[in-house]
Amino acid sequence: MEAVFLGFVLMLSIFLGFELISKVPATLHTPLMSGANAISGITLVGALTSAGAGLSEWATWLGALAVFFATINVVGGYMVTDRMLSMFKKKEGPAGDKS
Amino acid sequence: MSVELINGIYIVAAILFIFGLKQMSSPATAVRGNLFSAVGMLLAIVVTLASREIIEYQWIAAAVVVGAIVGALAAQKVAMTSMPEMVALFNGSGGVASLFVGWAALYNSGNTTFTIVTILLSILIGGMTFSGSIIAWGKLSEVMTSRAIVFGAQRVVNALLLVALIYCGVMFAMDPVLDSPYFYAVIVLSLVFGVMAVIPIGGADMPVVISLLNSYSGLAACAAGFAIHNNILIVAGSLVGAAGIILTNIMCKAMNRSLANVLFSGFGAVKTATKVEGEVKPINTEDAYLILEAASSVTFVPGYGMAVAQAQHVVRELGELLEENGAEVTYAIHPVAGRMPGHMNVLLAEANVPYDQLVEMEDINPRIDNIDVAVVIGANDVVNPAAREDENSPIYGMPIINVDQARTVFVLKRSMASGFSGVDNPLFFGENTRMLFGDAKESISSVIGEFKG
Repeated sequence: MEAVFLGFVLMLSIFLGFELISKVPATLHTPLMSGANAISGITLVGALTSAGAGLSEWATWLGALAVFFATINVVGGYMVTDRMLSMFKKKEGPAGDKS
Repeated sequence: MSVELINGIYIVAAILFIFGLKQMSSPATAVRGNLFSAVGMLLAIVVTLASREIIEYQWIAAAVVVGAIVGALAAQKVAMTSMPEMVALFNGSGGVASLFVGWAALYNSGNTTFTIVTILLSILIGGMTFSGSIIAWGKLSEVMTSRAIVFGAQRVVNALLLVALIYCGVMFAMDPVLDSPYFYAVIVLSLVFGVMAVIPIGGADMPVVISLLNSYSGLAACAAGFAIHNNILIVAGSLVGAAGIILTNIMCKAMNRSLANVLFSGFGAVKTATKVEGEVKPINTEDAYLILEAASSVTFVPGYGMAVAQAQHVVRELGELLEENGAEVTYAIHPVAGRMPGHMNVLLAEANVPYDQLVEMEDINPRIDNIDVAVVIGANDVVNPAAREDENSPIYGMPIINVDQARTVFVLKRSMASGFSGVDNPLFFGENTRMLFGDAKESISSVIGEFKG
């Protein structure tokens, strides 16, 4: 039964994703990609559980490695996206704006 | 914290992700959107840390601190021109993280066959994403050749790999004991498969690969979510998966090729284009200045060559001078210009070009015949009229920016070599085309000099 429930969640999220992303203008495709990349770092949540649950020594190690890589993804992804997005500016200054 | 409360907060995190992506639909709200998304992530992480399942923190703390430092440094230091490489590496690290999460999930007690299958999937997708991204990074940063690597028995080898993968996967799912040799075989085969999937893809197709790997990194997280029964991983992972697929689709359409064609046939391997011959008409910067000075509308068409020449800042300066001179200035950007979707837009934004001057191919083409001067900087295939006219051209059918229909076209080019895909470009011989040979940055600087002088 749980598989079916998770399947529902999957289906709905994919459709929602299609709806949302198709509205993003081409100008923002690079930041969209790095931002989406940061979201895929959500695997960190799973990694934390593996690293901290004390399952076995090896599982803890695997979990810690996963935490490391996923954190790079999350922190790096959000920061670089923010850096890029802050560069997109509208034309400044009402004076001299002829066009 | 109880499971119900944690899942409740996961819902809030999911809402923030969705809302964040929604805000990405306009550059004006996108910064806030990204922030919403980041807050969602922070919430999800904090409640997970507070869950009862987690009993030891020392390794987590160490890994988070080191990972955060690496990620922050990378994000701060990376040059905008190398953004595709950076995103490739981030994709890879997301993939490998999902692989490890799947692997560690094997140590949970009481895994059903369904869970075992999802564990295998997270290892397969995660492993492919990882090794594929590393190869993509190698190609983009030119550590290895950026050309397509194709060999005769490639399809046979890939098919065998796939069969071996499925066989080992099935064998493991039937008898899921820890340290099963089949399990390790799946890991190794997944990594090899990722390499094999990316090496036959040529440099000009990199935007497709990056988008696809982006999608995979999301799907890997999604599979990991199934493996550990975690909703937020499934929701967030599939949002990313969908994002990557849409971008992949846009890239493929912009090249008029099917995804299968991009993935399985090395571009540039076929070269049957009709040789175009003609006379190029070179122009010097002085004459270029005179024409630009008289123009009332100018559009710049940048390509990857602009990034290589680091010419975006001088381009913006010239654009401002032209505006002061009363001309209407736009920047027309083809969807596959550069090495990743939207790459040119970011470079121009970094050079302080206002985003309302960045226009898409569909917007510029209907009015291109009213443009006085189209300035092509480091772009080739995306403005190649052969895509429209020459049925023998490998890029025939690809939508292009019709600069040849503008009143005058300037092409800034280092010399008369063909572009990335090795296609001859009849644009260079056009009646209204003037070639401005030399380094793009220097050429534009000297035109600016003329304006100021």
